[in-house]
Amino acid sequence: MTPAIRLSRAVVLLGRFPALAGADLLVERGEVVHVSGPNGAGKTTLLRLCAGLHGLASGEAEVLGVDLRTNGRDVRRNVGLLGHAGFLYDDLTVAENVRFAVRAAGVPVDDGDAAIDRLGLGGRLRDVSAGRLSAGQRRRTALAVLVARRPQLWLMDEPHAGLDADGRALVDGLIADAAAGGATVVFASHELDREPRRVDGVDARPTEVPRRVTVVGGEVRDGVLARA
Amino acid sequence: MLRDVALVAGKDLRIEARSRVAVNQIAPFALLVLVLFAFALEPDRGVLARAAAGLFWLAVAFSALLAVQRSFAVESADAGRDGLRLSGLDPAAIFLGKAAAVAAQLLALEVLLAAGVTVLYDARLSGALLLALTCVAASVGLAAAGCLYGVLSAGTRVRETVLPLLLVPVISPVVLSATRAWEAAMAGSPEAGWPWLRLLVAFAAVYAAVGAASFGVLLEDG
Repeated sequence: MTPAIRLSRAVVLLGRFPALAGADLLVERGEVVHVSGPNGAGKTTLLRLCAGLHGLASGEAEVLGVDLRTNGRDVRRNVGLLGHAGFLYDDLTVAENVRFAVRAAGVPVDDGDAAIDRLGLGGRLRDVSAGRLSAGQRRRTALAVLVARRPQLWLMDEPHAGLDADGRALVDGLIADAAAGGATVVFASHELDREPRRVDGVDARPTEVPRRVTVVGGEVRDGVLARA
Repeated sequence: MLRDVALVAGKDLRIEARSRVAVNQIAPFALLVLVLFAFALEPDRGVLARAAAGLFWLAVAFSALLAVQRSFAVESADAGRDGLRLSGLDPAAIFLGKAAAVAAQLLALEVLLAAGVTVLYDARLSGALLLALTCVAASVGLAAAGCLYGVLSAGTRVRETVLPLLLVPVISPVVLSATRAWEAAMAGSPEAGWPWLRLLVAFAAVYAAVGAASFGVLLEDG
């Protein structure tokens, strides 16, 4: 089986700035990878490249067996991206936002409803407009979309941001469940750089510490891909 | 494909129903345009009744600019454009869905404006079939051209000002053809209006096809 992600000397330009400058990365299917690095290092660009949202200026990039140089759009259906933005419509309710996303992805609406409940957005919150939600509730709504779509590859950019302790523990649980279900998870987070926390007697970190790669200056360290 | 078109159109119309931008801002703006024309064109001399068709379609065209801008403004908030790119929806379906939603809003607005020209301009709206078909074809044409240039301008920093600059010259054939068709219908000689209607249908078909074919590339480039 092809790896989930294989980048070789991948260069992504934002304007004329090389946000990724020759990145190498190999992620096997079913792996959980934690991408760390300072602000502006290229973590978000790396995730967006893997989601097929950035064009490749040079190098090679293959995600879920799709060559991003020629078919970047084809990978999107099987990829879920939780970015800094939640892709939510302020005038639609939580339920309407999730249902629109799952219908667009061809997923049964019931899965969306189940995801809403799992993310703690059931009850009255379902019918609240996204524009009236707190930052944490918006994050949970975006996570509900991701969970409901059940992508093969989860790309999460600071998934713990804006969430309370319970929410952060929930994210860790979602990552663990996704991996247990055979999905590949790549997430960028500063959360694991901190000391471990315990919430209600439960370790808030994922059960298994994921493989960690570091992005610095647009290059990936420990990407485990031998250059030819 | 049709399912996705309906999904996008339904989403956009639901957003408009909730936000009430069309009802509280675009419709009053269109009526204000009609009133201003009435102030400017000496109502006592019957000028308004004779120019009613042209003024009606100018008001519709100005309103179409606002409706298209609004349609793409909702996609620029919270990175909605990226959300659409990742949604798994066919770009052609996104285009047709957004155009259908704008066309539906324009049709509703035209009903209101038709009442407006009847009351304010003392215009007699005869030839109902030609009037109605002209509204449908012109609305589809305005919406299709609007959404094509809307996505093009949405990716620019100066989208609020560049859209009218791009779109007004493009939709001038719609304003002209729809005006001629309405004038013929209102004058009691609809046979003179059918060729203009055919032109409107051709315009709508061309822009719907070009938009559906090119929307994916334009969505990526923004």
